[in-house]
Formats: sequence, C-alpha cells, structure tokens
Amino acid sequence: MEGQNLAQAYRLFECIQCGRCTGGCPMSLKTRFNIRRLIYEALVDEDMDLQSKEVLWDCSTCATCTLRCPKGLDPTDMVIGMRSILVDGGRIPPTIRDALKSLAIRGNPLTMAREERADWAEGLGVKEISEGAEVLYFVGCSPSYDPRVQKVAKAMVQAFKKAEVEFGILGNEEVCCGSEARRMGETGLFEMLREMNLETLERYPVELVVTTSPHCYNAFQNEYQGLNLKVQHYTQFVAGLINEGRLPLSKEVRRIVTYQDPCFLGKQNKIFEEPRKILRSIPGLELRELDRSRERSLCCEGGGGRMWAEGTNPEERLAHTRVQEAMDLGAEVLATACPFCLLTLEDAAKTVAGEGGIQVMDIMELVVEAL
Amino acid sequence: MGLRIGVYVCHCGVNIAATVDVEAVTRFALGLPSVAIARDYTYMCSDPGQALIKEDIKKFGLTKVVVASCSPMMHEPTFRGTIQEAGLNPYCLEMANIREQCSWVHEEEEEATRKAIQLVAAAVDKAFLLEPLEERRVAVTSAALVIGGGIAGMQAALDIANAGFQVYLVEKEPRLGGHLAQLDKTFPTLEPVAPLLAEEIREVEGHPNIDLLTSAEVIGLEGYIGNFKVNVTDQATIRELKVGTILVATGYDLFDARLKPEYGYGIYEKVITGLEFERLVSLSGSRKFWVNGKEPQDVLFIQCVGSRDKSVGQEYCSRICCMYTAKQALLVKEMLPQARVTVLYMDVRAYGKGFEEFYDQVRGEGVLYRRGNPSEIYKNGKRLIVRVEDTLLGEPVQLEADLVVLATGITPRRDSPKIANLLKLPRSPDGFFMEAHPKLRPVDTVTEGIYLAGCCQGPKDIPDTVTQAKAAAASAMIPLCQGQVKVEAVTSIIDEELCSGCGICAEMCVYDALSLHERKGVMTINEVLCKGCGACAAACPSKAIKLSHFTPAQILAQVDALV
Repeated sequence: MEGQNLAQAYRLFECIQCGRCTGGCPMSLKTRFNIRRLIYEALVDEDMDLQSKEVLWDCSTCATCTLRCPKGLDPTDMVIGMRSILVDGGRIPPTIRDALKSLAIRGNPLTMAREERADWAEGLGVKEISEGAEVLYFVGCSPSYDPRVQKVAKAMVQAFKKAEVEFGILGNEEVCCGSEARRMGETGLFEMLREMNLETLERYPVELVVTTSPHCYNAFQNEYQGLNLKVQHYTQFVAGLINEGRLPLSKEVRRIVTYQDPCFLGKQNKIFEEPRKILRSIPGLELRELDRSRERSLCCEGGGGRMWAEGTNPEERLAHTRVQEAMDLGAEVLATACPFCLLTLEDAAKTVAGEGGIQVMDIMELVVEAL
Repeated sequence: MGLRIGVYVCHCGVNIAATVDVEAVTRFALGLPSVAIARDYTYMCSDPGQALIKEDIKKFGLTKVVVASCSPMMHEPTFRGTIQEAGLNPYCLEMANIREQCSWVHEEEEEATRKAIQLVAAAVDKAFLLEPLEERRVAVTSAALVIGGGIAGMQAALDIANAGFQVYLVEKEPRLGGHLAQLDKTFPTLEPVAPLLAEEIREVEGHPNIDLLTSAEVIGLEGYIGNFKVNVTDQATIRELKVGTILVATGYDLFDARLKPEYGYGIYEKVITGLEFERLVSLSGSRKFWVNGKEPQDVLFIQCVGSRDKSVGQEYCSRICCMYTAKQALLVKEMLPQARVTVLYMDVRAYGKGFEEFYDQVRGEGVLYRRGNPSEIYKNGKRLIVRVEDTLLGEPVQLEADLVVLATGITPRRDSPKIANLLKLPRSPDGFFMEAHPKLRPVDTVTEGIYLAGCCQGPKDIPDTVTQAKAAAASAMIPLCQGQVKVEAVTSIIDEELCSGCGICAEMCVYDALSLHERKGVMTINEVLCKGCGACAAACPSKAIKLSHFTPAQILAQVDALV
C-alpha cells in the first residue's frame, strides 16, 4: 500500500522517467541512491519495502532533482515523505535519532543546553531584541554553539556594529528553525518548532530578520506560512549595506578566492549575485569562479540531516572533490555563506590540503578582514 | 394580413422537459393574443422540428415566430434560416431562453415552469413589435495580405496569387526564407534546402500578382473582413494597403538555451544549438567539419531542450526536434564515420510519413540512442562531461564529449504579443496564436477575415507548415471569390431631428462607426462598420440613437411582460 499512497501524495503518476533527477543528483555520483528508480518502484510496487532502504538517508535535500524535473514534480519532498515513514516506524540511524531528540528537548540538534545558546555573544555588547531594534539577527544553531561557526556570528556582529545597524538577537529565546527536522522526516517536530518561533517573532515588532544560515532563510521564506516579516539571508543584507555605502571595506585582502554556492541559497533561492557582489567589493581580493558554479554548483553533502548521518558511502566525499577543484583553480580561500558548507568543506580541506593548505572561510570572515 | 404568431417550445430532450412543464408552457402560449399556433417538440432544432415550423408558417400564414429553447448564441442563426426558407424575414424571429436561463439553473418544476411562461410571454410581446430588417452585403477588396515571408507565407502567397488575386507579402527581414533559409538539409529525405528554397523565392519574386515588401512591418490595421486597411512601414515610408483578407504566417523563435543554465550554453563554446549545427555543416559543404580545428570524436545530441519542460514554461512537444536530431546525427556519421555519435532522449516521436523508417536508418548507420535526458554539463580539463542517467541501465553515467548539440525547441515569437494586439488575435496558453476551433476551423481565427499558417499557430515541420499554408490560402480566398460579404443588419439608427452632434456616441464606439456630418452638424453612422453593440444608443444624452431589433419600445414591451 505504501507505494500507492506515495504515488498519490507526490503525483508520481505524472513522472515520465526521463532521468533528469538522478542525472543531476549529487548523491548518485557516489552511492546507490537513485531517485528516479525510487519513484518508479513506488509506482509499480504496491508493497514497496522502505524499511530496507538505507540509501534514503543519503539525500542531502539539495533539491537539484526538483529544480531539474521537467514535469514540476518534487522528488525531494517525496524523499522527505519516505523518511517520515521510516521515522514513524522507528527505523532511523542512531545519530539522526539523537539529533531529533535534542531538537525536541533542547531546541537545537547539537545536544547543547538551551540556556547556553547566547553564550557566544558574551562581552560583545549585543542587544537582546526585547530591548527593541529594527533588525533581528536570527543566529541559528551551528553559529550559536559550534566553536568554528561562532566566529561567523562574531564577524557578523562586528560588521553590523561598523555599519551602525540597529540590531538585536533572540538570545535564549531562539530555537531551531526546524528546517533539518523537517528534512529528516520529523514533520511534527518541524511544525512545533515553527509554532514556537512564530509565537516569539510575533512579540517583537522588527522590520527585518537576517539569518546566518541559508537553511533558516529558506525555512522562513518558503516554509513558515503566516510569517509576515521580511527575511533576508545575510549576504543580501550585507550587499545592501555595501551598496548604500554604510559598510566601507577599506583594507586590502590580497587573496585568491573562489566561492561555493550553498544549495539552499543558490539553487533553491536563486541568490547568486549578492555573495559575489560582497566578494568583489573587497579591495585586493581576486574572485575566481569554479566551473561548476551557480545553478550547476556541487552540493557539500551537509543538508537534509547529513550533518548527523554519514550516508552509505562515507569514504568518498563531494566536499573533497570541491576542495580539490578550488585548489586546481589556484584559490587560496574557498569561501562560502552557509554554516554546513563551512564545516564540511573545512573538514575536507584538512584531509585534502592539510594544515597551511587552502583555507575555508565564510564570506563574513573575509568582510571583517577588510574592515 | 394581420399579426399571426407561432410559438414553439423545445424539450431539448430532457434538458428542458425534465424541469419545465413544456405542455403547460405551450397551453399558456396558445392563450396569448395573436398567437395562432403553439407546439412543443423533443428537439426543435432537428430537421423534423424545423419542418414543423416551416409547415405552420405556410398553413397558418404566420408573420412572426417565437422559439422557446436554448440560448440564441446556440441556435438563433439556425431558426433565422428556418423561417427565411419559409419566406419570412429572418429578423421576425424571437427566442426565449428557457434552458440556460431557466431549466439548467432551477430545480423546482413549478417555479421553473412559471419562469418559462414569463419568458415566453415577454418574447411574444417583443415579437409583436419586431420589424423586418434588411441583410446587406458589401463588396470585397480583391486582394490579400500575407504577413511573413517564410515557407508558410511564401506558399500561401503563391497559391492566392496563382488563383488570380493580388497579394501583398510583407516580410520583416531584408530577405525571404525565414528559418528555412538557415537549414542545410531536410528530414527524412535529406534533400538539400538551398535549391528548394531558391526555386520558391524565384517564383514569389517574379510573380506578377505578388507585391513583395521586404524589411517591412505591419503597424496599423482597421476595417473588417472584405475591407481591411493596413499600414505597412519600411522605416522610411508608410504605405496603406487595402485588402479583403489577411493571412498571418509570422513563424517562431527558437527556445533560448541559456534558460537552462545546467547545460552551460553560452559558457562552453562546444555546446551549440541544432540551428548552429546546421550552419557548421553547411559551411563545410557537408563533407567534413571541425570543432576548434579538430575532428570531433564524441558528438552528443540532447533532445527536448526547452520542450515538454514545465520548469521553463514550455509544456508542449516541439514536434520537429526528434527528427532534426536524427538527421543531424546521421550527417555526423556520414561526414565523420569514425566519430561516436550518441543521442540522449526520453522518448523518440517518429510520427510522420517516413519518420519511423528514417529513425531505423539512422540507428542502422551506427548512431547510438541512449535513454535518459541529461541533467548537467560541466568540464573536465578540455573535454565536456555530460551527466545523465542511462535510465535503461538504471545507472548515472558521465559521458565525455567534444561537441554537444542541444535540440532546442520552438517557442512563440518574442514579438507575438505585439502582433496579437495589432490584429486582435487571441493566443492559446502556450503563447501561439489561437485557431477558431482546434478541429473544425484550424486555420481560421475568431476575427473574421484573418487566417493562420505555419509555426505562429504551433510547432510543425515543413510538410505540415506547407499543408496549413495551402489550407489558409484556400480559406482566405473564399471571401475574395464570393466578391461580397454579409454585414450585420442590426445597427444603430440616428434620428437627425434629435441629434445635437455632441459626439459622445463616437467616443463610446470601439468600431469607429460614428462621425460628425460636417454640413448637417449631426452624427452619421457607417452601417458597415457598426456591429450593433448598442453602446452609442445607451450613451446618447438626447436619446437620438436607436438600435434596430432592440428598440426602446421592443425592450419595454418585454419588461412589461416580465414584471
């Protein structure tokens, strides 16, 4: 019956089996995950056995399949639906289970304490939004807790202060946007987190919400029905500050930089120009484009819960390929604008290039170097 | 002879009779003054139904007829014809709509029957006052305009000209030939295009009945079937053409492959479109060809680029790409026998005469067809990598290529909104000009006197285009052969005693039918241009304009019967 229900729910009968989904899928480069075949199985096999399909956890929900589908179907959403069935049946990798559990109890997937969420901002003089401000900086989970990504949050604060942005953070009131919970198949948990955030946001009359992560941005922009606030990813906001002359980048940063388009920013939300605009505004910086860029960018494998699950082929990593491509280009810095990209690529850079090799940085870190 | 009215109540099968007591309506009608006969019948529009009316007209000497049935939109022309055949003026007919406005919208029989009775009473009261109107005909300008000098426009122009009529052929570009002029050989016969086209162009250019206007554009249109006035400019001068009918053959644009950025068109010079491939092989004289000075070893063709693809708003099949790709793949195989030639497809549509045989031939020559529509092209060193799932193997593969040819589809011309606006042509959801009926009137448009041919109506190959051009030419010649066309008998009438010449009516008229009579100082109406919409009559502050067939007296009689 499962196959039939999925076919109805995701309009699989409209699929023409052209193969553009699998042909564009970054996972199909390295694992047996074949999304076209999954669609076909759901159509022809009424008793489709999802429980044995470990490959379902390979998907990073980069949504390339959805974007390339000529029939307007949403295979990404189908994978999420299939995962929901696995979650309901309790068949999930233990690391995913722990992340989901932590989200439910602590409001973050990193098993960190709720009351330590704003610790990173201590001593930086960051206002809580309850004190009133125009812009709400929605920090996100990794930038709040992960020591590497905290540097990005701190860079953000430094730049905002320089540009005299009236901003504040939610502090310990902030909870995960739920994007990853939804993509790991826990729709109920996503809805709960969305409810909590919507309730909090309603209390503060801000003009704009700015996020560190493209994943939070995407959730607010496309999956938070009922949110009546303007939301921007920081690259949009900072590009605006530079445009208006509010953020003078005066110091030279003499580096050769290339840029990784995060899937949730580029492919999924068509924000291609602003990150490049920021990089080009940094004096002395030379921007070189990767061959596979913009709509053809290669996923880092960090989305869709993959930060907490290795997938069926942990040896080969697309992030390694990406770092290698950046090195072949002669880049000294591989820049990105997403916490997950930052972590996966930096991890890969350590293996591929070793210490002192190519550096992986967030765009924001390059911006503060130029201040 | 006194007034004698016949009333005919239709059952429309069960459409009316299931809700309305048609017999009660008929009995009621019989009791009305001047009604000589009233009948009900299963299908009034059927031959026996119409025969009934005709017999009664003779038998009872009827002077007016009321039919209570469906909407006049449906069968008013039918019944006008019926009574005309029996010797009555066609405008001595009045219809009561007891289907759309009664039986289809009410459930209660008693209520529906009461309403049907009222509608019939109103129709009979209007019928008292109906006056015979004269159906007029106007002479047709014996010339046609063909817009577009591609293969469709040229063929249509030749057919009309050969039939002995004057043709103006307007082409935007300096030369005739359209997209056909950019092709090397045709499928499935591999006939070289150049001689074929040269012959056609020579005939058009030398034809005594064809007035050819190249580098020219239509910029204005007024008038109606039989008497259009068209302004054409060649940028320097404006020329006014008078024609009876217009044939639109404006062609198509190719899908812009840049809208599918995953294929890297515009980034990689070795990714080209099918049309660019035509140029490549035709430059080489069809003997050999080179990419960057080298013979390509691996040539990949990608089907359905910008066709059958909702992600770029192109839902339809472009119909020509399967076969032009097969042709091009074969040409590569003939010119470079050592090259590996692969076509990546999702379905092969070989529906035309000789197409399947040609597809067999192409595969027989060693062209490899692999099922799977590629998702992405990128580079590995100097070579292109095409990522595709071979859906029959169920395996994603990365194919290396020295040349990738994109089978880009057909799209509506980017200037088609402008042409549509100028000629008042509706467009179908795919953006192409819309035919009046997909089955029965495939070359007509809803604007009388304007016809469609070729890819401006939808994607088609050369034989289909020429077939449609010949069909449209034949249709466009009907009014020219008849020499005259019927014009609307229901028009506005101006009472010169009451008219002050204020001109408000002229402002309301969308047909430019009203103008001020200089000498008399009152408005006059061009009865040929008037479509009988009544806007002027409603707007006139002096109540000087009356619309025939809908006079105030007639309408008030109807209202009185209803309230």
